Amino acid sequence: MIPAPFDYVAPSTVDEAVRALADAGEDAKVLAGGQSLLPVLRMRLAAPTTVVDLGKIGELKGVRDEGDAVVIGAMTTHYDVQRDPLVHDHALLLARATDTVADPQVRHRGTFGGSLAHADPAGDLLAPALALDAEMVIQGTGGRRTVSAAEFFQDFFTTSLAPEDILVEARVPKHTGWTAHYEKFNRVAQAWSMVAVAATVRAEGGTIAEARIGLTNMASIPVRATAVEQALVGRSADAETIRAAAEHAAEGTSPTVDGNADVEYRQHLAKVLTGRAVEAAMAG
Amino acid sequence: MRITVTVDGTSYTDDVEPRTLLVHHLREKLGKTGTVVGCDTSNCGACTVHLNGQSVKSCSVLAVQADGGEVTTVEGLARDGQLHPVQQAFRDNHALQCGFCTPGMIMQSIDLLADNPNPDEEAVREGLEGNLCRCTGYQNIVRAVRDAAGHMRPGAGPEAEQVAGGERTTTGVGGDS
Repeated sequence: MIPAPFDYVAPSTVDEAVRALADAGEDAKVLAGGQSLLPVLRMRLAAPTTVVDLGKIGELKGVRDEGDAVVIGAMTTHYDVQRDPLVHDHALLLARATDTVADPQVRHRGTFGGSLAHADPAGDLLAPALALDAEMVIQGTGGRRTVSAAEFFQDFFTTSLAPEDILVEARVPKHTGWTAHYEKFNRVAQAWSMVAVAATVRAEGGTIAEARIGLTNMASIPVRATAVEQALVGRSADAETIRAAAEHAAEGTSPTVDGNADVEYRQHLAKVLTGRAVEAAMAG
Repeated sequence: MRITVTVDGTSYTDDVEPRTLLVHHLREKLGKTGTVVGCDTSNCGACTVHLNGQSVKSCSVLAVQADGGEVTTVEGLARDGQLHPVQQAFRDNHALQCGFCTPGMIMQSIDLLADNPNPDEEAVREGLEGNLCRCTGYQNIVRAVRDAAGHMRPGAGPEAEQVAGGERTTTGVGGDS
C-alpha cells in the first residue's frame, strides 16, 4: 500500500526540527530511520499531516566518550552501534541486543533513538537501556532536559516525549569490563521478541559483584528484574545460584496476551530465558 | 519535491510526492522493474537494493530520503554482458525456483559477502534472515552464496559499486515524465 499524503520537512539542525514540529502541531510525526514508521504509514495505521525527517541532522549521529558515560546520538544506526568500539568496551549489553534487532537491511536504516522513542514493548533496546540506567537527553521548545530511562518509558508506544520534543541522545553510564548477553525468544520469520532478557554482570573471581537484568515484553514498558539481581549479587556464579535467581524473573511483571503467548507462558519464558541469559553473560 | 538519485550509474532528476516509496519510484518512474514488491509488511526483502553502499528494503525508504544518494538495483550488477559473480552462482547452483525473491536475495547476498567474504552456512542464513523464499529453496541459495564467495575478490560489494565520479556515471534528467 501507499502512505496517505503528507508534507515533508528535512531540517538540518535540532533547533529547526523542534520548530518544525511545534509549527506542524499534534498531527506531525518524526521520521528517524523509518523502519517502524514507514510500515505503519503504508498500512495507514497512521496518517500524519507533516513528517519531520531527522536524517539530515549530522549532530544526531555518532557515539562519543564523555568521561563516565558513552553518549549515543539518537540517529546512530543499529549497524553503527553494533560495530562501535566504545559501545563494545563500555556498554556491551547494548551491542549484544542490537545484534538481534530485525535483520541486516533494517539495521542499516533503523536507529537507536528511533527504537527508544517508538517504545514498542517488544523492542529490543528498551530493556538494555533501562538495565544500564541510560539517561535520555531531550530537546523541546523550552530547551534541553534529561530524564532517566525509568521515567522515559511510560506505556505502550508512549514516552515522556511531548509532540514537539526530539530525543537527541542517550547517555549510557560506562559498564567497563562487564560481560553481557541478550537472550531472545521469537518466531523465526519475525524478529519481534515474544520475551527477551537483557543481562549484564561484573564478576570478581567466581563471584557476581554486580548484576543488571532487564526484561523485554513482560509489561507495557521494559521491566527491571531487581529480585533476580539481588539473588545473584555476592554469590558464586554456579548453576544452582543462577537457577534459583531466575525463579524470581516473573515477579512484578504484567505481560500482555496476544496470538503468540498468554501470561503464564510469557512468565515461564522469562524465568527460563533469564537463566540462559545470566549463564551466557557469565561465560562472557 | 524534486529529487536527484543516481540509479545503476545514471543520474535521474524527478518530481515525486513525499509519500512515494523508493521501490515505487524505481519501478514506476524509472522503469527498474527488476526490483519487486513481495509483501506489504517489510518482512520479505524482495525489494532489497543498495542505497549509498548498504542494503535496504526499498519499501521502507521514502524516495525523498534517497535524494542525493546512489542506488544499485539487481539491474545494475552485470558488467559488459557478464553476470555478477553472485548472479552467476545463483544460476549455477539452481538457487531459484519461482524467482520472485531472487533480486532481493542477490542484493542482500552481495551485502553480506562484503561484510564477511567467507561466511559459513550459519553466517549466510543469518545474513539472509531478512529475505524470505516462499518456495523454501534456501538450501541452494545458501550453496550459491558460498560458491560466489569463492569467486569474488575481497572488497567487492556495495561500497565498490558506488560510481560517483566514475566512468559509468552519465548525468542527465531522466524519468518518463
